[in-house]
Amino acid sequence: MKDIASFIALNRFGLGAAPGDAGRMAGNPRGWLRSQIKRRPPLPRALARFRDSDSIMTEIHRARRTGPKALETTLDAAYRRYSTPEIATRTQVMIGSNTPFVERMVMFWSNHFSVSSSNRIVGPAIPAYEREAIRPHVFGRFSDMLKAVCSHSCMISYLGNTGSIGPQSRAGRQGDRAAQDQSPLNETLARTILERHTLGSEAGFTAQDVTGLAQALSGWSHGGLRPDGDTRSVHGRFEFKHDFHQPGPKQVLGRTYAENGLQEGVALLDMLAHHPATARTIATKLVRHFVHDDPPSGAVDRIAAVFQRTEGDLAAVAAALIDLEEVWENAIPKVKTHYELVIATFRATGRTRPRAQEVMEPLHLFGQVPFTAPSPAGWSDRSADWIGPEALMQRIEWLRGLASGLPATLYPETVLRNTIGPVAQQATRDWIDQAPSGDRAIAMILASPEFQRR
Amino acid sequence: MFDRRFFLKGSGAGMMTAIAAGRGATAAPRIESRLIMILLRGGLDGLHALPPYADSEYRRLRPTLALTMADKVVDLDGYFGMHPALKPLRPLYSEGELLFMPAAARHYRDQSHSEAQNMLENGSGKPYGARDGWLNRAILGLQPGQRKLALSLGPSIPLILRGEAPVQSWDESEPASLDEDFLFQIGQMYRSDPLFLDALQTGAPDAAALIDPKTRPDTENFTDAATVTAEQLSRNDGPRIAVMEMQGWDTHFDQARRLNLLLGQLAEGIITLKQGLGQRIWRRTAVVVVSEFGRTAEENDRQGTDHGSGGLAIMAGGAVRGGRIVGHWPGLNETSLLDERAARSQNAYESMFKAVLIDHLDLERHFVEDKVFPNSSGVLPHKGLLHFS
Repeated sequence: MKDIASFIALNRFGLGAAPGDAGRMAGNPRGWLRSQIKRRPPLPRALARFRDSDSIMTEIHRARRTGPKALETTLDAAYRRYSTPEIATRTQVMIGSNTPFVERMVMFWSNHFSVSSSNRIVGPAIPAYEREAIRPHVFGRFSDMLKAVCSHSCMISYLGNTGSIGPQSRAGRQGDRAAQDQSPLNETLARTILERHTLGSEAGFTAQDVTGLAQALSGWSHGGLRPDGDTRSVHGRFEFKHDFHQPGPKQVLGRTYAENGLQEGVALLDMLAHHPATARTIATKLVRHFVHDDPPSGAVDRIAAVFQRTEGDLAAVAAALIDLEEVWENAIPKVKTHYELVIATFRATGRTRPRAQEVMEPLHLFGQVPFTAPSPAGWSDRSADWIGPEALMQRIEWLRGLASGLPATLYPETVLRNTIGPVAQQATRDWIDQAPSGDRAIAMILASPEFQRR
Repeated sequence: MFDRRFFLKGSGAGMMTAIAAGRGATAAPRIESRLIMILLRGGLDGLHALPPYADSEYRRLRPTLALTMADKVVDLDGYFGMHPALKPLRPLYSEGELLFMPAAARHYRDQSHSEAQNMLENGSGKPYGARDGWLNRAILGLQPGQRKLALSLGPSIPLILRGEAPVQSWDESEPASLDEDFLFQIGQMYRSDPLFLDALQTGAPDAAALIDPKTRPDTENFTDAATVTAEQLSRNDGPRIAVMEMQGWDTHFDQARRLNLLLGQLAEGIITLKQGLGQRIWRRTAVVVVSEFGRTAEENDRQGTDHGSGGLAIMAGGAVRGGRIVGHWPGLNETSLLDERAARSQNAYESMFKAVLIDHLDLERHFVEDKVFPNSSGVLPHKGLLHFS
């Protein structure tokens, strides 16, 4: 790899240089990125063998009805059989990917619509959630992704909407008096949609708007919740429960939405997806990811304008990101997250088919196993949050150990040239040259700021 | 300056007679010779391990680092002495089982560790000149078949042992951990990136290690590795050849303290090998200690030395004709070790390696010249380093 643009394409947009990347890029980094934008990127073959969220959640909810002990046993087995292997495979897919820009966008949107196994019941199905609600839409329409996410049983369950009941709904009116001191309406999903997924916290929406959206979404549930006496079969898919739905008109952002059952929520999500504040929030987040921790306003304006003009066409938005001049001005403004570092390290050292245990060990060590973000806000996208003293020492120690196990036929000169070659400072080169052994030289390359940045 | 005492067995014909006699005389199966290579990673400072303590030029070049009798240098011949940490090896020297080759040299003249190590291990005469290691090619000459004649002690098989011949690894070795050298170099590399530098200074377990390291360097379990090597090489059907590695010899700073620890570990490792192998096998063993290059004769301003050319090679074992210092010593006057041409052919590492392969592993000379060290016909095998059995 010779030029800085290739380095940026591989690291800021891709997942780090892997053997063969330079050839595929053929001296045309922007063209290489554009060629990866496909309306519906194929599901990586290795992921196709995993089960869908419906069958996983069905199994879990059936066990839940049997009792807490059965639930625990089933959950343990479901983590072991479904999510743990799929998380490893997803990571292996990213390490071996020839279309790393697609994988980065999956990571970005999956983090934007974060679901975490901090909610233990949904954990086993989260990789399936990403496969079903995120992947198909990364170069599709934002509104389609938003609706797919908000109607997915994982998100509904994660943000507590399963049992959200409108106070005037049939179920709400039947509830006992004591319980009615507290509204049965759960506003978490609605608030997260407004604050995190669409308008953003600075858009100035009110408590009334949150309640209005929550009322519209009351009844957005799944087939795992069956009160006693309900004989319908348990399933893990979305289910609209009329009995839970708050009747009557809803007020959101100064507009009235007449009673329309399930379609109220759909119309509201479409409205939010096309709102200018959403364009701004998404553009800011994307520019923070692809340009700088402090997103330059000119770049944000341009991306927001494309988002708005194309009605949230994420293929057009992705292409516009490649065209931002700000992207290509600074080679290493950002720091790789722990997950990105692990992926880039395996790619850089030509170990594109590592064993599951090898890739999971550092992720557990660093505390960034996919789908375990601490809050619905997802993982941070700011450099300083990834380079604390303890985290940096753990990174260096892991990189040092990994380098010592690499074949002696992997030459530091090759690794240097293929990874940080175009951006390595003279001081970095000097210290790598002086490293007293080949494996230490490679460890120095991997531990260099240039490699840990992107 | 000192007596090199080359007691050559005589002409080539004489050598052949000696070998034939050795083979014919023993009724019991002859014990197969054993070879243990110890690679010191980072560039051993020969003038510190084997100080020419009687040379005034040495004291002038090294105002703070020079070792004198007051430092308990172990005198060998009135000119050279051993570093005090090597004292446990003194009996080996007296019994003729230990020799030193100061000013050991190669043709490599750059300063890169990885290139120099690559060249030392690939045996082609230039960096990256071959993708396999010379010791592995040598093993092919022993016709190992499926038998794993060589043992690798590090976390990965070093280049010197890479190639077609099967190699046994010691699986229990741990991945390398952090040592102060590495953290020091990382710290230097981070100087231009405040985010990384700040985090490192707070996060390094002993943050002071970056400036004034007082902690013990990582031992890399060298003694453990020596124990395992001895165990494995004691077996009749086990490996005959082992490669051990020791890190941490790149002493750009704080050299006296660090080499004191490292040389002590090296001595302990060699003693462990001797005891573990037992007299019977030790008699048929050669231990060869080399490093990718030497260091500057002059000390730097951080109480250390930088990359230089003149190195030090050490041989130990019952098969070694020791108790002496071999090769040509160019001296410290006027001409530096680096430019001394006369030293090159006599003191080339390859001359020692070739001698070991031919005289100790009984490989055919033409095989060694053609396959193991091609392009090295200008370097003759160093005569008389080993006993003939």
